[in-house]
Amino acid sequence: MTSTLARPEQGTPPATPSAAPRRRTGLTLARFDLKASPYLYIAPFFVLFAVTGLFPLVYTLVVSMHDWPLLQGQGEFVGFDNFAAVLGDRFFWNSIGNTLSIFLISTVPQLTIALVLAAILDQHLKARTFWRMSVLLPYVVTPVAVALIFSSVFSEDSGLVNNLIGLVGIDPIEWKHDVLASHVAIATMVNWRWTGYNTLILLAAMQAVPRDLHESAAIDGAGASRRFFSITIPSIRPTVIFVIITATIGGLQIFAEPRLFDVSNAGGIGGAQRQFQTTVLYLWEMAFFRQDFGRAAAIAWLLFLLIVAIGLVNFGISRRIASVEGNRLNRRARRQLAAHRRGNR
Amino acid sequence: MTAPAPTPVMPVRLAGADETAAEHPRPRKRRVGGSGVALRPGFLSYGLLLAWVLGTAYPLWWSFVVASGTNATRGETLPLIPGGNFLANAARVLDAIPFWLALGNSIIVSSVITISVVTFSTLAGYAFAKLRFKGREGLLVFVIATMAIPTQLGIIPLFIVMRELGWTGTLGAVIIPTLVTAFGVFFMRQYLVGVIPDELIEAARVDGANQIRTFFTVAVPAARPAMAILGLFTFMMAWTDYLWPLIVLSPQNPTLQTALGQLQSGYYVDYSIVLAGAVLATLPLLILFIAAGRQLISGIMQGAVKG
Repeated sequence: MTSTLARPEQGTPPATPSAAPRRRTGLTLARFDLKASPYLYIAPFFVLFAVTGLFPLVYTLVVSMHDWPLLQGQGEFVGFDNFAAVLGDRFFWNSIGNTLSIFLISTVPQLTIALVLAAILDQHLKARTFWRMSVLLPYVVTPVAVALIFSSVFSEDSGLVNNLIGLVGIDPIEWKHDVLASHVAIATMVNWRWTGYNTLILLAAMQAVPRDLHESAAIDGAGASRRFFSITIPSIRPTVIFVIITATIGGLQIFAEPRLFDVSNAGGIGGAQRQFQTTVLYLWEMAFFRQDFGRAAAIAWLLFLLIVAIGLVNFGISRRIASVEGNRLNRRARRQLAAHRRGNR
Repeated sequence: MTAPAPTPVMPVRLAGADETAAEHPRPRKRRVGGSGVALRPGFLSYGLLLAWVLGTAYPLWWSFVVASGTNATRGETLPLIPGGNFLANAARVLDAIPFWLALGNSIIVSSVITISVVTFSTLAGYAFAKLRFKGREGLLVFVIATMAIPTQLGIIPLFIVMRELGWTGTLGAVIIPTLVTAFGVFFMRQYLVGVIPDELIEAARVDGANQIRTFFTVAVPAARPAMAILGLFTFMMAWTDYLWPLIVLSPQNPTLQTALGQLQSGYYVDYSIVLAGAVLATLPLLILFIAAGRQLISGIMQGAVKG
C-alpha cells in the first residue's frame, strides 16, 4: 500500500517550492494525487471487508446448499434441502423460542431501567463522573467472566440468589433446569452488563434536549414524570430506536452466557433438555458437535434473516409510535417554548 | 464518597424561571452551573442510584469474596469480608489453565486488531468526510448498511478457509477476520466531518502539500481524540470476543476468554477457582477502566449523539 502512495508523493515536490511552476509536469501528478488518493484511502477497508466480512456471508449461502460434513469437506449440491431440514427441526425452533424469550426478558427491563437511570443522571448530581463510572462498571467484565460469575450466583445448590430468596422463605429455584428460570438467569447476565452502557447513551441524548423545554413546562405546572413522558421521551426518540436496534442485533446473537451457564450438564450446549439453547449456540453445536456444516450454514442464514426482519419490525413500530406521539407533543412543546421566550423579553 | 450529600432544595419553580432568564445566553452543552432548579435531584434520586450501583457492584465483590475464601464461603448468605485464600486460589487457576500464555495472546490479538482498525478507519473516514470523489455517497451508504450485518454469522466459511490455509490454531486466524469494521469507518467519518474545516485542507493544498501529507498534518492531529476512543472500543471488542477464538484456537494456545471458559468445563466445578479466574481476568480491564473510564464514558456518549 505504501509503495503505491509513495509515487504521487515524490512527484509533487516540484510544485512545492513556489506557486509559479505549478503549470508544468507537477500538475498531472497533482491531479492524479487529487483524484486517486480518496480511493487509495478507502481501498484497504473495502478490500479487507470484502474478504473477511462479505465473502464469508455470501459463501455461507454456498455451503448451505451443499452436503458439507466438517471432516470430508464439500459434498453434493443439495439445493435447499438443508434449509428444509433445519426448518423441520424442532431443536431449531426450540432455539429460536429460547432466543426470543431471553431477548424479550432482557431488552424490556433493560431499556426501562436505563431510561430511569438516565433521567436520574440527567439532573445536577454531585460527583457526576463517579456515578457515571459506577453505572458503567459491569460493562468492563467480559461476557465469559459474567457467565462464570452468574453461573455461580444462580447455582442451584447454595448459590447467592437461592440463599437470598431463602431468607424470605422462598424455596430454592432450579435456575439451570427450569425453562423460564434459566431464561431469567441468562437475561440477568445480559442486563447486568449492558444496562449501564445503554443508560449513558440515553443520557447523552437527554442532555441534548434543550433545557428551556423542561423549564417552561415546569412553569406551566408539569411535574417531573409528566415532563419525562411528554418532553424527554419524544425528544430522544431516534436514540431509543438506535438502542433498540443494537439491542436486537446483539441480543439475538447471545452465545457465551448460555454456553457457559451450565457446562457440567450436556457439555455446554444449553442445558440437558436444551432449555436455554440459543440459536447461535445451536449453530455452534450443529457445526462442531454434529459436524454438519451444510445445516449450520443454513441456520446462520436463517438467523441472519430473522435479525434483519426483527430489526425492521422494531424500527417500524418504534418510529410510528414515537412519531405520532412525538409530533403532537413536540409541536406543543415548541409552542410553549416560543411563548415562554416571548414572555421573557 | 459513596454517601451522597442530601440536597434539601425542593423544586421551586419561580426561582428556577428567574435564574434561567438571568443567565440565558450561556452555552447549552455545559451545564455545570445550576440552572433549572426543577431538575435538582432529591433523596429519591440518590437513593435509587445508590441502590442500583451497590446492587450491580455486589456480584463482582461477591466473586472476589468467594475467590478469596473456601468453597464453603459460597454457602454463606451475604458474605462481605474477603478471606485470605485469593493468592492460593489464583495459583490453582494458573495450574489449571495456561493463564500467562492466554493473557499474552489476548494482548497481541487485541493490540493488532486495534491498530489495524484505527488506522484504516481513520484513512477511510477522512476520505468520506473531507475528500470529494465519485461514488462517495453510494459507498458511504454501503458502509452504513454493513454496520448492521452481524459478520459473526460468517464463521463457517471463515473456518473452512482458515483450515484450508492451515492457519487454525494460530493467532493470525483470530486477528484477520476483524482487521476492519464498518462501524470504525462510520465513527471516524462522523467525527472528522465536523472537526476539520474545509478551508484548512484547502490551505494545506495551496501551500503545496499533497494529499497524504495533508492527511498526516491536518487530519491525524484533529482525529486523535476520536482515534483514542475508537481504539478503546475496538480493544474491548477484540478482548471480549469468545465465539470465534473458541472455534479457531486450540485449548493449548487460547485467548484469555477461551482459557477462562475451560475453567468451567470440568465435571466438578470448584467455584472458588472459577471465580478466582473470573476476577483475575477482569483485573486488566478494571485497571484500564480506572485509567480511561472518562474517555470510555465520553466515547459512549459521543457515539450516541453522532451515531
